[in-house]
Amino acid sequence: MSDERKYRWVGTRPIRHDGVDKVTGRANFGADFSLPGMLHGKVLRSPHAHARIVSIDVAPALALEGVKVAITGADMPDIASEMGTAGEGQVDYAEVSRNVMAREKALYDGHPVAAVAATTSEIAEEALSRIVVEYEVLPHVLTVDEAMAPGAPILHDHLRTAGLDPVPDEPTNVAQRIEIGRGDLAAGFAEADEIVEHEFTTQMVHQGYIEPHAVVARSGEDDQSVVWCCTQGPFTVRAMCAKLLGLDVSKIKVIPSEIGGGFGGKTTVYVEPLAVLLSRKAGRPVKIVMSRQEVFRGSGPASGTRIRVKLGAKADGRLTAAEAWLAYEAGAFKGSPVVAGAMCMFAPYAVENVKIEGYDVVVNKPKVNAYRAPGAPPAAFAAESALDELARKLGMDPVELRLVNAVKEGSQAIYGPKFRAIGMVETLQAAREHPHLKAKLGPNQGRGIATGFWFNAGMQSSASVSLNEDGTATVVSGCPDIGGSRTSLALMAAEELGIDVQKVRPVVADTETIGYNDATGGSRVTFATGMAVIESARDVVRQLRERAASIWGVELEQVEWNDGQALPINGADEGELEPLSIGTLARRAARTGGPISASTSLTARGAGPSFATHICDVEVDPETGVVQVVRYTAIQDAGKAVHPGYVEGQYQGGAAQGIGWALNEEYVYDEKGVLQNPGFLDYRMPVASDLPMIDTVIVEVPNPTHPYGVRGVGETPIIPPLAAVANAVRDATGVRFGDLPMSPPTVLARLDAR
Amino acid sequence: MESMHYESPATVAEAVRLLSDAPPGSARVLAGGTDLLVQMRIGRIDPALIVDVKRIPETRGVAVRDGALVIGASLETMTLRRAPDLEKNFPGLAEAAALIGSDQIQGRASLGGNLCNASPAADTVPALIVLGAQAEIAGPEGTRRVPVAEFVTGPGSTVLGRGEFLVSLHVPLPAPRSADAYLRLIPRTEMDIAVVGSAVSVTLDAGGTCTAARVVLGAVAPTAIEVPEAAAALIGSTLDDAALGRAGQAATAACNPINDMRGTVEYRRKVAAVLTRRAAAKAAERAAGRN
Amino acid sequence: MGRIHVRTRINGEATEFLCDPRQTLLDALRDELQLTGTKEGCTTGDCGACSVTLDGLLVCSCLVLAAETEGHDVGTIEGMAQGETLHPLQQKFLEHAALQCGVCTPGFLVAAKALLDREPDPSEKQVRYALAGNLCRCTGYDKIIRAVLDAAAELRGDTR
Ligand SMILES: Cc1cc2nc3c(=O)[nH]c(=O)nc-3n(C[C@H](O)[C@H](O)[C@H](O)COP(=O)(O)OP(=O)(O)OC[C@H]3O[C@@H](n4cnc5c(N)ncnc54)[C@H](O)[C@@H]3O)c2cc1C
Ligand code: FES
Ligand code: FES
Repeated sequence: MSDERKYRWVGTRPIRHDGVDKVTGRANFGADFSLPGMLHGKVLRSPHAHARIVSIDVAPALALEGVKVAITGADMPDIASEMGTAGEGQVDYAEVSRNVMAREKALYDGHPVAAVAATTSEIAEEALSRIVVEYEVLPHVLTVDEAMAPGAPILHDHLRTAGLDPVPDEPTNVAQRIEIGRGDLAAGFAEADEIVEHEFTTQMVHQGYIEPHAVVARSGEDDQSVVWCCTQGPFTVRAMCAKLLGLDVSKIKVIPSEIGGGFGGKTTVYVEPLAVLLSRKAGRPVKIVMSRQEVFRGSGPASGTRIRVKLGAKADGRLTAAEAWLAYEAGAFKGSPVVAGAMCMFAPYAVENVKIEGYDVVVNKPKVNAYRAPGAPPAAFAAESALDELARKLGMDPVELRLVNAVKEGSQAIYGPKFRAIGMVETLQAAREHPHLKAKLGPNQGRGIATGFWFNAGMQSSASVSLNEDGTATVVSGCPDIGGSRTSLALMAAEELGIDVQKVRPVVADTETIGYNDATGGSRVTFATGMAVIESARDVVRQLRERAASIWGVELEQVEWNDGQALPINGADEGELEPLSIGTLARRAARTGGPISASTSLTARGAGPSFATHICDVEVDPETGVVQVVRYTAIQDAGKAVHPGYVEGQYQGGAAQGIGWALNEEYVYDEKGVLQNPGFLDYRMPVASDLPMIDTVIVEVPNPTHPYGVRGVGETPIIPPLAAVANAVRDATGVRFGDLPMSPPTVLARLDAR
Repeated sequence: MESMHYESPATVAEAVRLLSDAPPGSARVLAGGTDLLVQMRIGRIDPALIVDVKRIPETRGVAVRDGALVIGASLETMTLRRAPDLEKNFPGLAEAAALIGSDQIQGRASLGGNLCNASPAADTVPALIVLGAQAEIAGPEGTRRVPVAEFVTGPGSTVLGRGEFLVSLHVPLPAPRSADAYLRLIPRTEMDIAVVGSAVSVTLDAGGTCTAARVVLGAVAPTAIEVPEAAAALIGSTLDDAALGRAGQAATAACNPINDMRGTVEYRRKVAAVLTRRAAAKAAERAAGRN
Repeated sequence: MGRIHVRTRINGEATEFLCDPRQTLLDALRDELQLTGTKEGCTTGDCGACSVTLDGLLVCSCLVLAAETEGHDVGTIEGMAQGETLHPLQQKFLEHAALQCGVCTPGFLVAAKALLDREPDPSEKQVRYALAGNLCRCTGYDKIIRAVLDAAAELRGDTR
């Protein structure tokens, strides 16, 4: 249904609707909002990685002129364990509550222990320094190795390892063990002509969105609270604030601001419930803006990991067995994305004998949150690095090796289902034909390739389309626009209605104006909310046809909608009927049955997975260990690119983040468990001069479950770069780097040891 | 939360008076603020008085006077870099000045601030020392000159006494067939603090033999350090690979670095040799091109 | 010392405001003058979201005391478009899809304009180094660099 279709708007590159506001500084982001009489909130954070909170005295802070309220964990209801959704994953609200504000123990450097609201932020800051907290410092664990070691300090006395049968009754830091697989591993390895086995580690990294979390909360005597904040999930914020504060969901309204990046990191709450609680206690609006340092110390970075991989293959490259062991840092509370990592790592390949074992491990670091394809990048780094070694052992071209094993339509995915139409083979073929792969390398340069896979999410969306009285239209959704999704939704409405995309106004609504929406995340907005928009727009078109039919006195089947107008067909065209344009029908709506609008709420299923192949060239300074990416190409299946400019932007942005992960980004802790680099100077994300142009190729293998064939594209691009860079460094130097980041000191030490 | 005073005197005398009258340790000189404001922001310092010296003409200009380039202590590097006399005479110092931070930082950052902040990793300090630059200091007793090489006494501490501040830097114009170079290592291409820095100045005779040289390293000891052994390895040679190699070894031997998140001891030692070798070669090439 | 009375010009307009001696220009713009187009990403000079010009020089407004602007000229993103007409850089950013979330955009535009004012025909490398003080986490910079190069060509009157 989606192939060969000619589109008028889908696939074009209009200027985004919110663009002018964003290039003139008019767009309002999280911290840009203020209210009269507003107080400023600040959060006191634990300086210790692990400590019992013996006592907290806020009285000296309250004594300071201008300080209105102070809260600690004792002011929040002690809620029972209950699972709920956040972003793409599941969370336990009791743990969200304890993460937002510590109770018995502080579990990481940066864990909130108290908060104040005062008339100015300077007074609030001063008030924090007057709060007296008595800590009993406890031994801590920072890595999966430390946390899993026998006799390790325990974060949660009640934690037991789920997934073991029987569940052992021992306190542990291992929250869960999972295993997936199929076939006969031993037989698979016995059959192999070549076997490779490698071990990998990656460090905790941060999403690095440029806009810190910010919130303004206002609460009234009627018990209602209004929350303005920058979030990927306004409905998630509403649910969590309600849950954490023991309120009805209907008592909270969340109005999302423009959002300055999230990448998964703004799918849960940090300061939002605190602002609500402070505003309720103070009876005045409260604003909290996190500092950059607080963002690094106290939001939700991505797991550090240790991964072992073993692969076996026949001489012709066919994989006979794949085995892996993964341990992921969850941070202070259970729930690392190890399951997704395990499911993704060999997903691009049709291998029959597989065993993957995964561990979710709590450590004294911030609770991890989603970061673009959560869990997949480290796992793919391991798998794709091992494949590169296998290709070398087999003397095979790395693209060929992957093509030999690539999954296709009908292949059984390692994580369960059968794939419908997918583009793994197509992205590899596009790579093989790309001039990049044939370009000559200079001295000290090397080339690597790697692939990536992400499921993509569907989940719940609501959207409405209303026709305005002049024939223009308004599209309302509840998913904050992080990277141009408003315009993609408008393009789909324009396509269906047959009007100029600039005559469609796309709006992101608050939680009271539109039905429920899961968060912007999981690469789902253009796919799932897009489906809701298309359905609504089709409903509007049906109503338009009905109006035309009644004006003409013909049957609905005798009216066709084409290019923004109703045309008589099926016999009706034999008369004298003039086409009725959308403008005419809109103007006559009042007399033909009233306003025309439609809304759709749905749970989108069948989000088609997106595969990618990346090609990376590096140059390594053999004397200093500095690695420079000199050429980069990202190839990925988009199903159908609704706005190709923003699809390319997703590929390029994800590639840049992956390159940063590979080369220089990492959380550095000292021996006391205190974060050493909570700022952009020493948490080294790529700057403009670190990167080359990032070439893109959009492959389009339509997703059979979407009316236009759309697949999510936002997450896959961050998966291949870690291994693509490492494989290129291997090519340039002959050294396999299993430990990220490949920062200059690490690289030089390994090169000198050659 | 004590309130802070901000003053922006227009004369050297007025600045000295404000600084002298303030209780010891309570006043800070403000030039570009790219170190000072960051330190205030992270709570490392909490001055009661800020004396902004940017309205004092003596701290602003850049001009050749009495055989030296005189650089106002508070002049921002973005303006300094456009001074024709800088690049022409001191390509290494120009290089170092251009490395500080971003264009935004350069719109504020001064050589005076870079020196007075007394960070071991300051980029322009090694470059100034190899050129034999002098610091002109104003104080209650009048003005005095101190070699930049002696200005910094430890991390965050300088020879500046109570009531004193830095007015200008005096960089003697280069002798014929002399040139300088500065190289630093950072993990990224920009926006990083030096893991190692190496400044080299050389003078050649007509036959290409090195007659004078200075080598100074940054970020490998509590202050920038001069390495006479490295200079000695260069002097008398034609700056061939063997001499450059010996200079590099001397640089490694002189390092007294620390392990921190920016680099390990071992890494800093190795890279000090590499950068010294490369900087010396670059300086030599430049000197050979000058008559 | 109480609040300081500052007389300055912002986007060419004579402006007076009161500020705390410790207050940065960034905070004064956003909190005292409600010019929230200038963004805060770090307050330590590392991200460039707060870029403005001071007497034509590009600076981080988070590293300038508001009091220092007495008698000086401040340029912010709000002053970039001329009435209804976008600056060519703004237009090219839109055409090239050089923004995703857009929070870094005001800073990039102010920095790019400062670059083109002083170097009308920069190479790709020059643009990359000149914008290295502006972090963007969404775009990987590619489209930003293209937009700046294209705007530079248009401003020079190159026809291609
Ligand atoms: C993002 C970022 C990147 C940076 N990158 C680099 C880099 O690459 N290389 C580098 O070397 N530095 C770097 N720095 C540090 C800083 O920019 C430089 O040290 C700069 O030269 C400081 O100059 P300033 O005029 O801003 O000094 P200020 O901050 O004004 O002053 C610094 C110190 O010197 C004192 N002082 C200033 N002027 C005088 C004077 N005339 N007399 C007496 N005392 C004085 C001040 O009281 C203060 O203690 C960076 C800073 C930032 C924020
Ligand atoms: S807020 Fe000023 S540089 Fe980041
Ligand atoms: S567009 Fe989001 S940070 Fe640049």
